[in-house]
Amino acid sequence: MAIFSKLFSKIRAGSSSPGDWEEIEEALIASDLGAKSAAEIVEIAKKSKVDQIDEAITASLQSWLSKNNREIAFNADRPTTVIIVGVNGTGKTTSTAKLVSYLKRENRSVLLAAADTFRAAAVEQLQTWGERLAVQVITGPANGDPASVAFDAVTKTKIEAIDYLIIDTAGRLHTKSDLMDELGKIRRVVEKVLPVDEVLLVVDATTGQNGIIQAKIFMESVAITGLILTKMDGSAKGGIALAIERETGVPIKFIGTGEGAEDLEVFSAEGYLSGLFR
Amino acid sequence: MFESLSAKFQGAFSSLRSKGRLKSGDIDEIATEIRSALLDSDVSLSVVESFILQLKSRTNEVLEDLNKSTNPANAVFEIVNSLLIEILGGSARRIRLAKKPPTVILLTGLQGAGKTSLAGKLAKYLKDQGNTPLLVASDLQRPNAVTQLQVVGESIGVPVFAPEPGNGVGDPVQVAKNGLTFAQDKLHNIVIVDTAGRLGIDAELMTQAKRIRDAISPDEVLYVVDAMVGQDAVRTAQAFQEGVGFDAIVLTKLDGDARGGAALSITQVTGKPIMFAATGEKVTDFDLFYPDRMASRILGLGDIQTLAEQTKGAFDSETAAKLETKFASGEDFTLDDFLAQLEAMKKMGSMTKLLGMLPGMNSGANSGAMKKQLEQFDEGELVKTQSIVQSMTPLERHDPKVLNGSRRSRIASGSGRQVSDVNSLVERFSQAQKVMKQMRTGKGGMQMPPGMPTMPTMPNMPKVSAPQNKKKSRSGNPAKRALES
Repeated sequence: MAIFSKLFSKIRAGSSSPGDWEEIEEALIASDLGAKSAAEIVEIAKKSKVDQIDEAITASLQSWLSKNNREIAFNADRPTTVIIVGVNGTGKTTSTAKLVSYLKRENRSVLLAAADTFRAAAVEQLQTWGERLAVQVITGPANGDPASVAFDAVTKTKIEAIDYLIIDTAGRLHTKSDLMDELGKIRRVVEKVLPVDEVLLVVDATTGQNGIIQAKIFMESVAITGLILTKMDGSAKGGIALAIERETGVPIKFIGTGEGAEDLEVFSAEGYLSGLFR
Repeated sequence: MFESLSAKFQGAFSSLRSKGRLKSGDIDEIATEIRSALLDSDVSLSVVESFILQLKSRTNEVLEDLNKSTNPANAVFEIVNSLLIEILGGSARRIRLAKKPPTVILLTGLQGAGKTSLAGKLAKYLKDQGNTPLLVASDLQRPNAVTQLQVVGESIGVPVFAPEPGNGVGDPVQVAKNGLTFAQDKLHNIVIVDTAGRLGIDAELMTQAKRIRDAISPDEVLYVVDAMVGQDAVRTAQAFQEGVGFDAIVLTKLDGDARGGAALSITQVTGKPIMFAATGEKVTDFDLFYPDRMASRILGLGDIQTLAEQTKGAFDSETAAKLETKFASGEDFTLDDFLAQLEAMKKMGSMTKLLGMLPGMNSGANSGAMKKQLEQFDEGELVKTQSIVQSMTPLERHDPKVLNGSRRSRIASGSGRQVSDVNSLVERFSQAQKVMKQMRTGKGGMQMPPGMPTMPTMPNMPKVSAPQNKKKSRSGNPAKRALES
């Protein structure tokens, strides 16, 4: 999203016709920032001195970004539990695999729970990843109770003192309240054995303004602690990430940048902001 | 679906309605409101701008005439409606069948758009129409996409051609080609080829998609797109159009609250129609896309046509006729009829989805309370109610008055419910009966179309708070009783 530097080049060069400003606003809207935020950025730029536009915008973007910790939780004294949630097709299972790969590189032991018992072959998809990454996968019967898979997995995690338990759940549209309740149940069942440390919402970077509603509803029903933004290697500008952080205060923790298991980057807010003007 | 968009449109128009005579400035005002509604719904900027331009020019052209009409705001509303229908593609389009079978359908799209699920739904849809589709597993990229297609195929009874295990092994072009030959040999009249998801900017995979296309020369290339996609929708659609080319669009995940801006953008920019829409997780949650109906939905006019069709499909004509005669002849509405209705309701599908098709359901004054009720509507309640009725004897079903304490407790244990559940069902039923009578005698304000008497008996509806004259004696004569109530 290194769009800002180019955007304001005309303004910096001294031109500031209404057409130029419109062009800027259009580019901002096209990045899925949302019409409101786009208009605000333009206002900020208009108000500041030409040579201070970058600083002014950076400052306000900084204030929109979440203040919460972006590092994935880790407990030295007990296993860390992570639940992966999201709507259908955002890349939960792939992100789960990438996260495992990341943690393995950090020399952590990991156990996977295939709690997506709904989508055909989702369990097999995770098992294939498990084999590739040499990680054990706990499964249950197809169309079985995902909470029972989670329970088996968390019990095993505790007994064997594994560093991380990662639970992959079925995709669900945030409008289906019964499915959202099911997530709550998975969480409660895990909490009987170990506290839940992270609930990560996987958001597709190509998602539009609907992403904000998704994040809000998932936050209400399962208290998400962070975001994984996927498909950042496409042509989408991912402005929705900034919009979600601004609206919900939930921090982005990782971004997915490709199809390989290692294509997951720790999100750096400073890097993201400075990248805008590079 | 499209809820927020329709709510915004309704808001914009209600302020216009209060104006009466319209000036050019009023048009600008509503145009601005519509612009922001469309942008918030992820309609791409260029499409919004051209929409607004057309709206303004058309409205201003006829402004004089508009003000002569009794309701100028409605006339503007009509212009917006017809513009939306135009953008959404005019009329519904069906699959073109090849002159010489098999008809070959190729599915393309981004990762996670829902191609594999869609392949299953499309196959089921075509099979139900008497075709003999074959599914071909050419997504050899995503881990276990092949297995997923096999499981889906098995569940709907459609054979799946999957010679390669996938997970990166095998040549998708060869699989597609062999699939076609296989279909010709086995006399399948339709072949649906599922391919790997790819990013619009991934040149290598785009070339592969092109090679698959060239190898099987499909009759229809369908571009599958997630209804929740944002401003990138246009760029990606264009990349696919240039890369593989497609004939029509399939919208998925329309059952969420996506405002569906992508639908408007993609059809406008690519000039291709939306052919199908997927609206749920079940294989049957799939239908042709009707631009006029969708426009109505966006504008909060409801989708009565689809509702009527689904109702017709669920009530077999015999049951409906029986209910109608009963209704007309003034016969009592019994628990047996109630059960028939419940079964029909289950066949029609999700209640929430059905009610969402009613006009004004997504916007306006009702929306808050009504939506909350919809959200709380428990589909499981239907099953519960059904089990209770099924545990009753024919006599009890015909005349719930005989239900004394011991009968009720027998029914409760027979259906695995509590006596309180039985009590509340009986109470709700007697209220429903009352409503039916009121409607028949013309006392109720609401007129229900024949064959649709389900609404007043909706389980879980708040109890009718009308005072109940419990002390009043109830006559044994149904006609007299009707008058009493």
